[in-house]
Amino acid sequence: MEHYNMNLNLKVWRQKNSNTKGSFKMYRVENISSEMSFLEMFDVLNEQLIEVGEDPIAFDHDCREGICGACSMYIDGKPHGPWHGNTTCQLHMRAFKDGDTIVVEPWRASAFPVIKDLVVDRTAFDRIIQAGGYISVNTGNAVDGNALPINKDKADASFDAAMCIGCGACVAACKNSSAMLFLSAKVSHLALLPQGEPERKSRVLDMVAQMDKEGFGSCTNTGACEATCPKEISISYIAQLNSEYLLAGLTKE
Amino acid sequence: MTWKQMFTSSVGKKLIMGFTGIFLILFLIIHVALNACIWANDGGKMFTQGAHFMGSTVVPRILEIGLFAGFILHVIQGIMLEIDNRKARGKVQYAVNFGNKGSKWYSRSMGLLGTIILLFLIMHIYHFWLPNRANQGFLLGEEIDLYATMKETFSNLWIVILYVLGCISLGYHLAHGFQSAFRTMGVHNKRYLSMVTTIGYAFSIIVPLAFALMPISFYLGWIQ
Ligand code: HEM
Ligand code: SF4
Ligand code: FES
Repeated sequence: MEHYNMNLNLKVWRQKNSNTKGSFKMYRVENISSEMSFLEMFDVLNEQLIEVGEDPIAFDHDCREGICGACSMYIDGKPHGPWHGNTTCQLHMRAFKDGDTIVVEPWRASAFPVIKDLVVDRTAFDRIIQAGGYISVNTGNAVDGNALPINKDKADASFDAAMCIGCGACVAACKNSSAMLFLSAKVSHLALLPQGEPERKSRVLDMVAQMDKEGFGSCTNTGACEATCPKEISISYIAQLNSEYLLAGLTKE
Repeated sequence: MTWKQMFTSSVGKKLIMGFTGIFLILFLIIHVALNACIWANDGGKMFTQGAHFMGSTVVPRILEIGLFAGFILHVIQGIMLEIDNRKARGKVQYAVNFGNKGSKWYSRSMGLLGTIILLFLIMHIYHFWLPNRANQGFLLGEEIDLYATMKETFSNLWIVILYVLGCISLGYHLAHGFQSAFRTMGVHNKRYLSMVTTIGYAFSIIVPLAFALMPISFYLGWIQ
């Protein structure tokens, strides 16, 4: 890939806090290298803002290597930007060309209120996990990993689901702000394993109840989540969640 | 876990949509098969026999109550979901939208398509079901000549156009709804999903097309 520099116009959502109304502001950055990551480009912009005494743009980030799920930016109409199966921090500037105008917005969902600029409060996901996204293990010696036979196909499917990094892009892309792709990944990855079996029914029921309490929408199966998920979680996990729910709902006391 | 808890959660509400949706699909199969008898082109003899059985026998008339209940449940739950989902999205909309890059327009427009179908159904019931049942005293009395009513109704070009538009909406509603209902009911095996998707697309073309051809056949005089 050939290296080039570019000048860009950025239209970025600015919002002081959750109580104020936000609006877009235009910025210009120059001499951006095609080798930079999208967040590095934002670092350059923020340096620029600090130098002229303006408030830098708040955005979430942590690992910058596509594994923590913090970097929530809605870029040109798509969570995590134009690349497929990719996070904002792993989006590189070679995805853009000189003179482009890039629109950057925060995730939009009632359950993810904006804290400041591009940072949203995603603790709703933590509370969903706390409601049942775990297995209970007694203390004592760890059991030998190979003591429990697990079907290879199920182990693989469970691992695919466990790839979810809880970034919230599925919620951001969904017209209903539904958290079902996230939830289905978290429920399925435990439901597929023998370790998840004891709490299988209460897990799905409790996690769905918590999801509803947080104010996420229902799933219409449009597929917008699957298309934007950086970890390419399949929408068929949602169907799997539905069957877990139906079974638990019909058979639990 | 109570039944109420089970069917009022976000997933439970969708289960109601899925089950009633499949139920309505089953109804469509019966409805389209029976109406297709008009193409026997025998002056409506075969069609009238079938319609007479459905309209003046006890069992189909009891099933009819179930059909209305299914429709009402589907419509009310659909409208409630649409309201809930808009609330979940919040007041501030995106300036740029993901749009067609991730999902089909008709999958994002189930509420709109459903509303068009509902308006069509009100007109449709007013054309045939209501005058027929009124004549029967809403019990098992004497029916009107439905075949003649069809001929007369479908001599009006505007009504034919409205029927065709209703069928197009139904086609798109089903193009997404058919496979979506099976996903909602928990079908996640890849083999079954691809089968359901294929059958769903075929169904959503064939059935609405057959329905649309009925008023067109009368209007163009293909059947007498
Ligand atoms: C013969 C007529 C109809 C049939 C066969 C039908 C069938 C279906 C099916 C199979 C689904 C998919 C359910 C799922 O995703 O689990 C669906 C969804 C839906 N239907 Fe209908 N429907 C009909 C009429 C209507 C009407 C009159 C309305 C009026 C409001 C309506 C509103 C909706 C809505 C809003 C959804 C989407 C729910 C969601 O996923 O958020 N439908 N329909
Ligand atoms: S399912 Fe995908 S898009 Fe949703 S939170 Fe997990 S990684 Fe992010
Ligand atoms: S910053 Fe961790 S995934 Fe992007």
